[in-house]
This record gives sequence, structure tokens and C-alpha cells, in this order.
Amino acid sequence: MKTIVTDVLVIGGGLAGLRMAIAARRRGHNAIVLSLVPPKRSHSAAAQGGMQASLANVSKGAGDNEDVHFEDTVRGSDWGADQVVARMFVNTAPKAVRELAAWGTPWSRLRKGDHEVIINEQKVTLAERAGAHGLIAQRDFGGTKKWRTCYVSDGTGHAMLFTTSDQAIRHGVEVHERTEALALIHDGERCHGAVVRDLVTGELAAYLARATAIATGGAGRLYRVTTNAVICEGIGHALALETGVAALGNMEAVQFHPTGIFPAGILVTEGCRGDGGLLRDVDGHRFMPDYEPEKKELASRDVVSRRMEEHIRSGKGAPTRFGPHLWLDITLLGRRHIEHNLREVKEICQSFLGIDPAESWIPVRPAQHYTMGGVRTDHTGQSPHLKGLFAAGEAACWDLHGFNRLGGNSVAETVVAGMIVGEFIADFCDKPENAVPVPLTLAREFVQREEEKLAAILTSGGHENPFQLCSEMQEIMTHYVGIFRQGDALLAGVVHLQRLLERSREIGISGKSRAANPELVAAYRFRRMLKLALTIAYGAYRRTESRGAHFREDFPRRNDQEWLKRTLAFWPDEGASLPQLDYEPLDVMKMELPPGWRGYGAKNYIDHPDTPRRQQEVDALRARMQDKDRHAIQHALMPYADELPALLAGRNERLDEPLETVQ
Amino acid sequence: MSAIIENNAAAEAAEPRQDRWLTFNILRYDPTDPGSAPHLRPYRIEEADSMTLFIALNEIRERQDPTLKFDFVCRAGICGSCAMMVNGRPKLACRTLTSSLPLENTLAPLPFFELIGDLSVNTGKWMRGMSERLRTWLHAREDKPDLRRIEERMDPDLAEQIYELDRCVECGCCVAACGTARMREDFAGAVGFGKIARFRLDPRDVRTDDDYYELIGDDTGVFGCMSLLACHDVCPKSLPLQTQIAFLRRRMAMTGTGL
Repeated sequence: MKTIVTDVLVIGGGLAGLRMAIAARRRGHNAIVLSLVPPKRSHSAAAQGGMQASLANVSKGAGDNEDVHFEDTVRGSDWGADQVVARMFVNTAPKAVRELAAWGTPWSRLRKGDHEVIINEQKVTLAERAGAHGLIAQRDFGGTKKWRTCYVSDGTGHAMLFTTSDQAIRHGVEVHERTEALALIHDGERCHGAVVRDLVTGELAAYLARATAIATGGAGRLYRVTTNAVICEGIGHALALETGVAALGNMEAVQFHPTGIFPAGILVTEGCRGDGGLLRDVDGHRFMPDYEPEKKELASRDVVSRRMEEHIRSGKGAPTRFGPHLWLDITLLGRRHIEHNLREVKEICQSFLGIDPAESWIPVRPAQHYTMGGVRTDHTGQSPHLKGLFAAGEAACWDLHGFNRLGGNSVAETVVAGMIVGEFIADFCDKPENAVPVPLTLAREFVQREEEKLAAILTSGGHENPFQLCSEMQEIMTHYVGIFRQGDALLAGVVHLQRLLERSREIGISGKSRAANPELVAAYRFRRMLKLALTIAYGAYRRTESRGAHFREDFPRRNDQEWLKRTLAFWPDEGASLPQLDYEPLDVMKMELPPGWRGYGAKNYIDHPDTPRRQQEVDALRARMQDKDRHAIQHALMPYADELPALLAGRNERLDEPLETVQ
Repeated sequence: MSAIIENNAAAEAAEPRQDRWLTFNILRYDPTDPGSAPHLRPYRIEEADSMTLFIALNEIRERQDPTLKFDFVCRAGICGSCAMMVNGRPKLACRTLTSSLPLENTLAPLPFFELIGDLSVNTGKWMRGMSERLRTWLHAREDKPDLRRIEERMDPDLAEQIYELDRCVECGCCVAACGTARMREDFAGAVGFGKIARFRLDPRDVRTDDDYYELIGDDTGVFGCMSLLACHDVCPKSLPLQTQIAFLRRRMAMTGTGL
């Protein structure tokens, strides 16, 4: 048995994985990153519009700070987020942007003086102060009170990923490209690494580590139309689920992005709307103000996507033979703006639609975009159920996003969680009690088990085709577990998926090579994807309320009284056809921001019994401390600063908040 | 795996058009199999409107030949995974529309890079080696800046110029098209020069032309370039490689001769 021993094993080579590995290396630990593809090809590169961090450099960001970012994030999550985690995140986001700036990311910079922008169809002149010239610029994004999204034209994720990947090379982080983890090695209490398959040679190896971290991104490919890359199949989620011990949190929370290009689902950034682009219907009518008079096109993504589908249902979609779509109009932004600030969008429109977005409208319809659910972790990124297993980024349920993630918060989470969880992993590795003897016998058992599973697929005489089954699963998820959900349909979806699980036992493949073999890969991944699909569908069926992106037509109200809790899914029995669900309540009495109206979307929810009491406490405390600074008030409401790693603690300087005076 | 669906969607979304049957002669070879010899194998598929090579190749794999190897990740032209020789020219397959192709086509893996099998090549391994050799990361004045402080300023136009060079996706098209790379395996390639030009332009990087001369001041570097400029012609991101290489060569010549 080939065995590789390291301190930290990171599964996934995108921004979160690389940043955790860098943190471990800087603290003197060895780190190996497993990546399906060369790390610079990871899906992090696809983040276009930007990352949120409350730098408050631009005039429309005046007054922005961690408090505002925190509130936007919690409202966006429909109160599903862990508020301590959200606080840790908003305080670290400016540091993450500044670290990347120091590492070379070419953030778009602010220019002093007057410049013209489009806001709500009007040309508006904004004046930028001379003192901010050359600092990092921000643009507008959905669900935010201030312009907070830092960007590199519209290739933000690409620029961040290349910077971070180059830093990983500089720090000597080993990346094992074209490798795939097949199973986590664990003893029921402690994770020890993973069984890993080389996707070129087919060879299996045991990678043994003190700490194992999952950073494999999302699971968009469970759906037919998704903005996600083809590698986003949720395999990291499934690895955790298949331990039978670790839990997945909130898997039913699936985000649909309003502007996937129709019909292929390729993303065009929210920056299009942030910069002033409009949504129009078959008549060319701008319909969003009819539904959302306050935030219009810039309500949160769950709300905009639902409104778009609602408008299509009312017959206002532009018809095609495949189905209706709506239009994204950015022509009003002008050619110069599009060619400088939205150049990837322009390239995508030219390459895939053959249109010039400075002259033509872009056909769009909501497409699956983001997996809020993930491996449930505590605020340090560690699984509360399986020691030594960590997770960060989209693969994790940390839980920053609750039931809806704000645009610009995902690529921000990758690097922020990478920094924070990376430090906690290094702490974990530093502790002598976490240095366990290398469990070779256990590793051999796990490798053997995976060998047997592969052999079973290669020698199976079954007649089911894995590509075909996967397409059917994607159809079921799209049809029954999409934007609008309903009890009977969800149950039907679960039953259809269970039938697929039966059929998946009859998968047979024609190519018998143990080495690079796309059919074999499809076969063994499919069963894992199907377990995730069942977890999403069943969790959605059981959650009889609407919250964030999870919208039940038969239960259209958010119900804090019964459902202010996180879904935990376990899969302890390999032979089962459903996960076991458990629920973890959120404590209203500890919330800095008690539940209320989000400021957009339906004003329709059932309060938690503790909410009025907590709201009174909060109001009284704010009144009592009104002469105190915002940090003191925040600390009194919900202390969090001690939870941050020492290296990342401390306030953030802004032009209007010099560090000397705030400390 | 949803390629077929995307294909159907694209077909139905479009106006009806004349059916075209396309032939793809694909270079098949499995270097791990001693019994395998490189050969062209033809596949025929019916074209659909808005069909890309991503859709076409997935349809071939899902319906005709599940053993066919190729690489796609983003399928949106931004990750650089799917470069291949399309009728003799390096291109990103995912954003090559079949409507731009003739009825009879040849697909081959990128030359120069290690072959994994069929259309799949190991660009990642080569790019990591190039990065280590040319030290393609920012060499900052200060290793651990105070992250609580306001960031250093940068001229907005300069930031945009740096991004222009930073848009490289390391797809390997430039190296696959390069005459010098054909003759010497150790050539740094346009992708490498583009990166040196990018860090040279960045005032946050402390390196001088003397430092860059050590990295690219010989025939494996910028003096090996024969100015055939195929790199510039095939770059899917339209990077200004021609100007950058010419500029670097002049700077390196001046540095080398002590001017």
C-alpha cells in the first residue's frame, strides 16, 4: 500500500483550500493539497463581480463598517447564519482584501473627482474625494446597504486565485493535481486522512494526516442548469456524509442566481445589475420595481430569482421553443464601462451568444448557483462530530450564509475562512495530544474497501449507464427541488431519487481500464451525488416553512417558532435510502440582531417566542450605551473577539476611522 | 454530464435551421496501454444550434464512446482547461462554436505538454514548473504587512494595466503554437514572459531588471524567441504578448550589455 504521511491534508485546490494550506505552511506544518484539476483551474476563478469587505473608500460606501456588513449578511441569510461566525467574517474580510493587495492582486482602484454612473436608470454624478485616490474601489451588489464589493474588473476570482496559487507555490505547498479522495479514513471519533485515487494512473494510496480539511466547493452539478463548473459535484460533502459520523448542515438551502445565460446557465455577474443593469420582460418592461419597490434589481438573490420565475409564470417571459426567459439589459451602461469593468461578460456574450452586450440584451433565467449547505463545523472550522476533520468555503456549513448567501460573500468567505480555519488547523497540529500514531492497519482496511468497490464496478455485468442515471437525477432535482417547492412534489422527488438509488446498484461500464477512465469516475461519483440529492430533497420536504432560498409554496411564511434551527443530516447506515435528520436550534437570546423583516421580500413571518424579549434587551442596551462607541456596544451585545485567532484580531483602519483613534 | 441537456436546450431555443452532420476525427492514444497506438478515430454527430465543442465532445462520450478522454472545468472560457488543437490550431474547446467549423474536423491534444490520453494533456505540471523556475509571485518589500492598516495606494490606470496581463489563464495555447518550444523543451514560453512582464510592471514587486535577467536573459528565456508570434495570434485572452516580449527583450538586452 502506497502511504503518504503529512501534517495537513487539504482536499480541494481552490481559494479556501490553498489559503488554509498557506496558513499551515507559515506555521511550520507540512501541507498537501489534493486537487481534481490544476489549482488555477478551480471554480474559484469563476467568481466575477467581487468580494465584500467594508473598506468604505468610495463615496457610496461612506459610513460602511463591520456593523453594516454584519447586518446585511444576517438579513441576507434570513437569520439562518451563525452570528458569531458572521462577526468573525466581517472583521476579517478587510484584512483578507488587504493581504491579497499586498500579495499582488490588481484590485480596481478608486479615481478622485467626478464620474458618471447609472443608478436606477438615471445618470448620476458621483464625486470621489482626493484623499481616497488610488485606494481599492467598491461597487454595488444585491442585498447591501453600501457599495462594499471590492473587485478586479469582472475577473475578481481569477485574479484572487492566481495570486493565492502563486503564494502557495512560493510557500512550497505541495499540490497533488489530478487526484481524488474516495473516502475519509477515520475510526468513528477521529479523522486520519483519506484514501486517494490518482486520476491518471488509477493507483490508490493512503494519505495520513493530523488534520484533514475539506474545501471542495459546491454541488451545482446535482441540477440540470447550473452556473457551476463540471467538477462541482459535491464530492467533498459526500465524503463527510459517508463517514456516517460527520453531519451536513442545511443542505436544502440551494441558491439560484438570477442571471444565468439562457439556456446554458453560464454565469453573468451580479455586477451587471450592481453597476446599473436592468431586468426586462417580453415587452421590454422593467418589472422588478413592481415587485420590490425598495431594492428593485438589487434585492437578495433568492428574492430576485423568485420574482423572475413569478413573472415568467404570469406569462411575461420571452418565449422560445425550449421555454421562456427574461432579459438583462446593460446597454445603458455604455460601451466604455462594459469594456473596462465588465469585460469577461462581454467576452462570454460574444463567445456563447454571438451578441455584443453593449448593443443587445442578454437572455437570462435563474440557474442553480450556490450550495449554502455543507460539512457542519464549529466556528474554528472543525466538525463537532469527527475530530481532526475541518472544512471551509462553499463545502462547509460554518455557518456564514444561513439560507441565502449575499453576492460577494462567497469569494470573500473562501479567503477569510481559509485564513481563520487555517490558523485553527495550525493550532490543532501544534498540540502534542493531537499527534496520534500513524494508523496503518486502519488505513489498509479503508484502501481495501475502496479497491473492492472499484473492482465491483469494473466487473459488474449491470446494464445501467452512469451518465444516463446522472442526467435523470439532474432532471428530478430541477423539476421537484428547484426554486419553488411543494410538499407533494418534494416527496415525489424523494421517491424518484430512491428508485435511482436502486438502479444504481446495476451500473455497468464498458471501458475496463483502471487508469484514467471517465466512465469509471462517473460511476463511482454518481452514488455519492445521489446521496447528496436525497439529503437536499428530504431536508426540503421536512422543512415546512420558507426561509431564504428555501421556498415552500404550501408554507410560504418564515416560521421562527418552529424552524429557527439548522438541519443536520447523517448517513450512518450504508444500506439506507435516506439520511437521518436532526435539528440544531439557534439561540435567539444570544443574537446581536434578533430576527425581523429583511428589508426586502415578503413581510410575513412567525416570531420565535424569545424574539420580543431579546429585542427589548437589545433596544435597552443600545439606549443605555448610546454615548459609547460602536465597538463597545457590539461587545456588550454579543462578544466574539476572543474567538478570532490572535494573528487576525484587531480593528480595521478606514479613512474616516484612523486606527490610532479607534484603538 | 448535463451537456446533452444543454445541447437540447440550445437546439430547441433556436430557430429551426438546416441540419448538419459533423465529423470529428479525434486523435486517440493511451500512453499507459502498451497495446495502444496513436490513431485518428472518426465520430459523427448532428449539429445543434449554439453547439460548442464542450457540448459536442460530451455528447460523443455519453452516447458513443465513454472511454474518450478530454478536460473541461468551467465550460465558460475562463479556466483554461480545455485547450486543444482544432483543425491544427490551438483553441479553447469550450468556447469554440461548431457553427464556426467545417463538416470535417480533426481534434488533437496540444503538442509539447505531457500526454495523459486522447485530448487530455498535463498543462498543470508544466505551468507549476514554469512558475517555480521564473518565481512568478510578487516579491514584496515587507513579508508580513500590518493587515489592519489602509492598503498601499496604486494608480487606477496602472492597476488596470496589470490586470490586463494578469488575465492569462495558463491554457498553454501560446506554448503549443511556439516554434522555439518545438525545438527546445526548456523554453520559458510566452506565458512565462507575460508573467515576468506583469510583475515587472507592478510597483509592489522589488525585483529589478538585473533579477529578471537572471531568470530570462538567455536562449531558454526571451532571447530564444524567434518572433514568429504565433503565441500572440492564438492567445484566447488576446493578451498583448507581441509588445510585451519585444519590450522585455529590449530591456534584457540593455541589462545584459550594461546599458
